Formats: sequence, C-alpha cells, structure tokens
Amino acid sequence: MTSTPTSVVSARHLGLTFETNDGPVNALTGVNLDVNKGDFVSFIGPSGCGKTTFLRVIADLEKPTSGSITVNGTTPEDARKNRSYGYVFQAAALYPWRTIEKNIALPLEIMGYSTADQKARIDRTLDLVNLTGFGKKFPWQLSGGMQQRASIARALAFDADLLLMDEPFGALDEIVRDHLNEQLLKLWDRTNKTICFVTHSIPEAVYLSTKIVVMSPRPGRVTDIIESTLPKERPLGIRETPEFLQIAHRVREGLRAGHSYDE
Amino acid sequence: MEKPSLFKDRIMPVGVILLCVLAIWYVAVIFLNAPFERDTAARAGTEITFSEILPKTMFQQRPVLPAPHQVIAEIWNTTFLMPITSKRSLVYHAWITLSATLLGFGIGTVLGILLAVGIVHNRAMDRSLMPWVIASQTIPILAIAPMIIVVLNAIGISGLLPKALISTYLSFFPIVVGMVKGLRSPEQIQLDLMHTYYASPAQTFWKLRWPSSMPYLFASLKVAIAISLVGAIVGELPTGAVSGLGARLLAGSYYGQTVQIWSALFMAAALAATLVIIVGFAHTAVLKRMGMKP
Repeated sequence: MTSTPTSVVSARHLGLTFETNDGPVNALTGVNLDVNKGDFVSFIGPSGCGKTTFLRVIADLEKPTSGSITVNGTTPEDARKNRSYGYVFQAAALYPWRTIEKNIALPLEIMGYSTADQKARIDRTLDLVNLTGFGKKFPWQLSGGMQQRASIARALAFDADLLLMDEPFGALDEIVRDHLNEQLLKLWDRTNKTICFVTHSIPEAVYLSTKIVVMSPRPGRVTDIIESTLPKERPLGIRETPEFLQIAHRVREGLRAGHSYDE
Repeated sequence: MEKPSLFKDRIMPVGVILLCVLAIWYVAVIFLNAPFERDTAARAGTEITFSEILPKTMFQQRPVLPAPHQVIAEIWNTTFLMPITSKRSLVYHAWITLSATLLGFGIGTVLGILLAVGIVHNRAMDRSLMPWVIASQTIPILAIAPMIIVVLNAIGISGLLPKALISTYLSFFPIVVGMVKGLRSPEQIQLDLMHTYYASPAQTFWKLRWPSSMPYLFASLKVAIAISLVGAIVGELPTGAVSGLGARLLAGSYYGQTVQIWSALFMAAALAATLVIIVGFAHTAVLKRMGMKP
C-alpha cells in the first residue's frame, strides 16, 4: 500500500492510547487506511471502536500516540491550519445567539472572507442544503433536521475539499434521516468533496459510501475495508436490491468477526 | 394558554403581601409605642385606657417604631416639598449615595470582568488569584471601610472615590465568580468547532466565550448593583460623612429620629429596587438582541 498523489488521508500503523485513571485505553491500534480524493468513506462499528477518535485524529482534535498520518499530504495540524477540512459534529453546535446565516458566516469571519464573498457563500450553501429563506431565523426556530443541515452548510461555506462528519444524523428520526442521506449524496455529487462519515447504521453506511471501513472495539481497530460496487446514482429504492443486501451482509459479518456482539 | 393579566398575576400577589406587612406593622406600632404612653400617664398620675393610648401611638415624636403613615409623610416632605439642593432633602442625600454607588459599581464591574478573563485564560492566575478573591469577602466590610477611608485620606484622596472603592470592594466579587463561570460555559463541542477553524484566542473569546457569558454577567450585575449601594452606605457610616443616606441614618440614630432613619432606609430600598430593575431591563434587551428564546 503506497499513498498515491490523490490520497487525501493516509494512515500507517496509527495508534492512540488514552491515559485514564483506570489505566491506559487503546482507542486505536494499527490502523492502515487510505482515503482518496472524491471518496465517500463510512466508518462503522459499535461504541468504543475508535471511529470517532479516528475522525478526530484527522481533524487534529486528538494526537496519535504511534504510527503516522497525513492529511492532504501534510500533518493533521498543518491541514487544520490550512483550513482544509470542514467538520460536522454529532450535535449541530450552532451558536444560539447567531441567526442561521450568521452561523454560516462564523468560519468565514474567522478566516477573513470579504463581506460580499460571505454573502454569496451563505446564499450558495443555504441553497445546497435546501434552507433558502431560513437565513434570518435563529437556531431554536428550526427543527433538529434543519439545524443539522445548517451545520453542514456551515462546514461547506469555506473552501475545504474534505468533509468530516461524525454521526451527523444519529439523533434524528428515520424518515428525516433517509431524506438527509439522499440530499447528502446529491450534495456530494455536486460539490466533488471527499467525505469521511462516521455512523453506526449499516443501511446508512452501505447506502452512502464508496468505501466502508468496519471497525471493532477493545482495542479499536479496522477489521474490514469494503469497496462498494453500487453505482454512483442511488435512489432510495436501491436498498432493496440484492447487491445492496449483499454488501450489508458483508458489513454485518465484519462487525461479527470483530466480536462486537459478544458482550 | 391564558393571557397573563397584569392585575391577577402581578399586582394582586404583591398587593396582598403588602397589606399583610402593613397590618403586622400597625399592630407592632401599637405594642411597641404603648409603654411610653403608659409611663407618661403614670408620671402625670392619670389613668389611661387602651382606646386612649391607641391614637397616641400613631403620632409620637420619637416612636420606638414609627407608623407607616409617619414614614410616608416624612418621605413625601423631604422628597417632594424640599428643594433638592437643601441639606434636608432626601433626594439630595440619595444622589450623593447614588453617585458613589454607580462609580463603585462601574469600577467593580470592569475589575471583575478583567480578573475573570485573566483567571479563565491563565492557569497561574486561576490557582493564585481565586482564593484571595474569596478571602477578600470574608473580611467584614464594616471593619475595612474606615481603614480604606483613612488610608486614602492620608495619600490625599477624599470625597467620592473612597466611598466608591468600598462599593467596588463588594461588587467585584459576584462579577468575578459569575464571569469565570460564564466564560467557561461554552460546551466542548463549540470550542472544538473553533479549534477546527484555527481561530485565534481573541476570536474564540469575542465570538464564543463573551456572548456565552452574557446571562451570567447580568445575573451577577443584579447582585453587584444592590451590594454596591450597601457598600456606599456603609462607606458613609464610620467616616463622619455629613451627606448621603448613610449619614442620614447615622444622624437619625444620634438624635433618636426614628422616623428619619426609617425614611432613609426606605429610600435606600427603593433606590436598590430601581437599580436592580434597570439592570433587569438591560438584561432583557440584550438577550432579545441575541435572539434568545423568549
């Protein structure tokens, strides 16, 4: 495995051990992974398998304790300083005192975009997430699904080719989630971003991804990497096709092989 | 939901309590002032019945407890019937105290916020300063107030500032405590977001920590403005001040003018209530501008 010029994230023997009061906890061990430009990579596994930790390492929110990782060919820290990724958290984390458009403007203000440019970017990203007309609303006036879409708009507003998403739809009900998954695929198609997506839903992972990374806990590690054979065009109905069910079966097998159902 | 009515929800509950307080007060006036009337009658060698005592307890010159209408009359006379430049005008004395209160409150607020910013951003300051901030409030203000006045007088500072500094001494404390909590109130996820943007510490402060701390700041300001007034009054007590509500209280107790003491007390209470209400309005206005859920 060598990293190609199009590799966006490249991890080699990556490990991270948290020192806790109850002794060291191996959150990640021996992770080897390449994410290529334009990929939609899902990380799936039970709680404690290190999928969120891996995403946070990419984002330079955690420091690995062994091995190496590059993001856009540099260290995660330099990638963060170059503002080369947008991060979507489990909760929308909108600032309650800012309107939706002001929330989207937050990274733009920090990164020093001009006022005119900010305005154009706010309009464009609101349109991307189907929130046109809601810019003047405060977060509490929007539903949970709309808030999460606003937080995605915020991550898309500046020029980052990599989108890191940590269970962004985990707190939403299934109907809203289906809808947002469909919209996310369209958005990925329109923007040509590379997306790393953490989830614990097998259908969600299979439906969205070009590559599925199956992980297991204690210690957190990668047990299987599945390249999806599904076409890029994916109507919601694709989830009933034999091909889809076959990939879902392999993911389930991978999770079982990690003994994640044992305890 | 029923529309809240001003009378039923605001005026009536407060009014009922007010009537209860007035009733208890009048009963207390009769019992506390009656012995004086009996003694007077006994000295004159006459018999006096309870029904004769009753009206007399309401209009004594130096009652143990003045009746509410006496206090109200005194406040009316010294507030509205006196030119405000007169030394006997309650408005004049209230203004003297208010100016010290506001100056002390202003200095205390700025000082409190600066200390809180230091404590939140600097580990050394967090460790070293916080215990002293708390210790400062364990010293009785009555003990330290004359010291402050004397020391400042010795270096040539007198007048408004020493009194204001006593207000500051009391008011910076709730500001520090509230703002330390407020500036630390952003959730980890909100701080992580700033980290992913590579935001500078100044940007994180102004765009996240400062707006997050606003509800805490206003809660502290309400406490601080009230104790600033207490500080200013206490600052007038031990220093032989000739003007201000504190001086009025002191003079009243020298000459047994209980009506004057009570009217000064009520003026101070009304002043404190007004100040707290003004801060409350500012609080509502700021939160409204910040789009907080009503």
